[in-house]
Amino acid sequence: MILFLMDIVLFLIGLYAVVAHRNLIKKVIGFGIIEYAVNLFFVLAGYKTGADAPIFEKNIPGMIFVDPLPQALVLTSIVIGLGVTALMVALCIRIYQHYGTFDVNRIKDLKG
Amino acid sequence: MKGMSLIVKRITRYTVGLILLFGIYIVLHGHITPGGGFAGGVIIALSFIHLMLAFGREEADKSIKENIISFGEPVGGLMFLSIALIGLAGGVFFFNFFASKGEPFSILSAGIIPLCNIAIALKVASGLFGVFVVLSLFRLSGDKKTDEIKK
Amino acid sequence: MMNAIILFVALPLFAAFLLPIMGKFFKRGFDTFIFLVVLFLIFLSLYMLIKPPAMPYVYKMGGWPLPFGITWLLDSLSVFMLFVVNLITFFAAVYSIDYMKQYTCKWKYYCLLMLLLAGLNGVALSADLFNVFIFLEITSIASYALVAYGTGREETEASFKYMVLGSVASAFILLGIAVIYAKTSTLNMFDMARAMPQGADSLKLKLFIATLFITGFGLKAALVPFHSWLPDAHPSAPAPISAMLSGVVIKVIGVYALIRIMFNIFSLNPVISELLLALGGLSMFVGVVLAIGQWDFKRLLAYHSISQIGYVVCGIALGTPLGIAGGLFHLLNHSVFKSLLFLNAGSVEYACGTRELKKLGNLKEDMPHTSWTSMVASLSIAGVPPLCGFWSKFIIIVALFQANRFFYGSLAILVGLITLGSFLKVQRYIFYRKLSGSLLKVKEAPVFMCLSMAGLAILCVLIGIFFKPILDNVLIPASQSLLGGREYFITLLGI
Repeated sequence: MILFLMDIVLFLIGLYAVVAHRNLIKKVIGFGIIEYAVNLFFVLAGYKTGADAPIFEKNIPGMIFVDPLPQALVLTSIVIGLGVTALMVALCIRIYQHYGTFDVNRIKDLKG
Repeated sequence: MKGMSLIVKRITRYTVGLILLFGIYIVLHGHITPGGGFAGGVIIALSFIHLMLAFGREEADKSIKENIISFGEPVGGLMFLSIALIGLAGGVFFFNFFASKGEPFSILSAGIIPLCNIAIALKVASGLFGVFVVLSLFRLSGDKKTDEIKK
Repeated sequence: MMNAIILFVALPLFAAFLLPIMGKFFKRGFDTFIFLVVLFLIFLSLYMLIKPPAMPYVYKMGGWPLPFGITWLLDSLSVFMLFVVNLITFFAAVYSIDYMKQYTCKWKYYCLLMLLLAGLNGVALSADLFNVFIFLEITSIASYALVAYGTGREETEASFKYMVLGSVASAFILLGIAVIYAKTSTLNMFDMARAMPQGADSLKLKLFIATLFITGFGLKAALVPFHSWLPDAHPSAPAPISAMLSGVVIKVIGVYALIRIMFNIFSLNPVISELLLALGGLSMFVGVVLAIGQWDFKRLLAYHSISQIGYVVCGIALGTPLGIAGGLFHLLNHSVFKSLLFLNAGSVEYACGTRELKKLGNLKEDMPHTSWTSMVASLSIAGVPPLCGFWSKFIIIVALFQANRFFYGSLAILVGLITLGSFLKVQRYIFYRKLSGSLLKVKEAPVFMCLSMAGLAILCVLIGIFFKPILDNVLIPASQSLLGGREYFITLLGI
């Protein structure tokens, strides 16, 4: 249980970075932390104490594996995170070219 | 930007082939060991990135044409989709039409999964390397002129 | 024959991967290619809608038996969503033929559009929660890139804002999926409905998951506390993409995915229903109030999108048969008339170079087709009787009063009146006001743009006239699959 709580704390640290930091690159890093926290949560959901990695190598009946499905899903979600992060960084560079700054307080042509 | 020091270049020349080979190994054994198309593709892309970091952009451009990158990605995607579509001949999408059951520790088993792995590796390797190349194309100059040229 | 449903995802993906290769060899011909793809898809979805094959149909990928493997579900609700998606994409693609001549590299645009379409169709079809997430991310990434397509100052800023909030929303959704998976050890939505713990002690868990999902999907659907990205992102995109984003994207990846989970996995409990009603009512009111003071045409429309999505959520969250049917009907109508309005805004911008209401005027003579189509759309969104918007709003309001929700019912009427006022302002300032000579002679938009707008306007009128058969044959069956709740998904497990 303590692991899950620590994981939620990690999630919240990432959220704080996204919300409170003024630098665009730090926001991207904050998003990365959120991404890792969620992935870690997923892997923890399939974890069993004392179980082996889900690799079929020895013909021993009754081996205990951790749940392999979350690991496959996390791999997929890492790929998605890679794509989003690459797009974000490219956009940050574009914004820097237009505005000459990474500071969100000075990037406000739009009034959302 | 003419690349890094002589030591780095020398070591790179020895290791880059091994990294590439290891990537290919991971791809081809994806269905019987941990790893697979994505992991192997990333390693292949890393070997190119390694080359680029050590020798600088200009040198790397000579050996890796950007056309290959921009072809690799759609071709990988089309290949994966075609494998899935051929499965329709067996009745359903993604039908495993070669083999009914995988066999542990043998490379020629598991039907379409190795083919899918190769397609994914092609897509991931060219995609990841493409991302790196495109991001290194940008220059953080901040003035309007370079911006307009790129459009 | 039923293998054809994979074409909804496979064909756009195929086109998207083929376009970069075509882009190397050809300079033209992309328009025809994309037109054929979307034409085929709209006929396929129409065929699925009109001639229902044995519904509900469960498609098993790779032939794996049900609780394992990836499954797709084609039932009366998802076929309705497929039709809406492909309809709006068709008109947006026709509109793009002329509109996208302003931009360079058309094939990149089409490539992203096809990825968007594949993602949307995938979300509508998937019955596997993780697959829903993946298609949702494909849709989101394509739309982030499309919002930034102009790569100007405003576009990049709006896209960054959209991207950060959208990615955080995705993280919340994934966290929700992880919690559900930890509890039920399955990803198949049918099996999940079966394994979901019932009873009083599971309420806390359900509320926790529901909070995560409502935050995530609420951000994607721009319900009010989470709406701040929408008025920036939607106006900054090219006009056909604004139409797609406001017309279908926020509905499919926001509302549709949320109601599937809330109704068919959780079987809507009163607390969640109350929460969604409150969010819907809030979006309805705040959206329209913020829209009053806007002088940018597209920005005004974007605020109205928030308000109208509030109607949809209010109707569906009510949970009564009439409310759900009305909400789904409004979903269809809103995608038709809001896309039309965004396309109108695109033509006005194309012809005059500005979308500031105060600088425009007197376009009624110069742009007759844009004028009449936008008149139809404005009256429709304001809820003037023979047109489509009236019937859906009417049904939602009647359903709200029937369920003794007098506050929300009167709020809906009030919001409808403010909407009417707001759109009369638009009509007056853009088309009917006499302006003394500051605008030069402007030309009507090119032929494909006019065709696309006229098609949507005719559809507005037709839906308004034939609302009864549509309600009986399409929307009532679609609402049945939501009303069936958890038990409906459990019975699908046996197919």
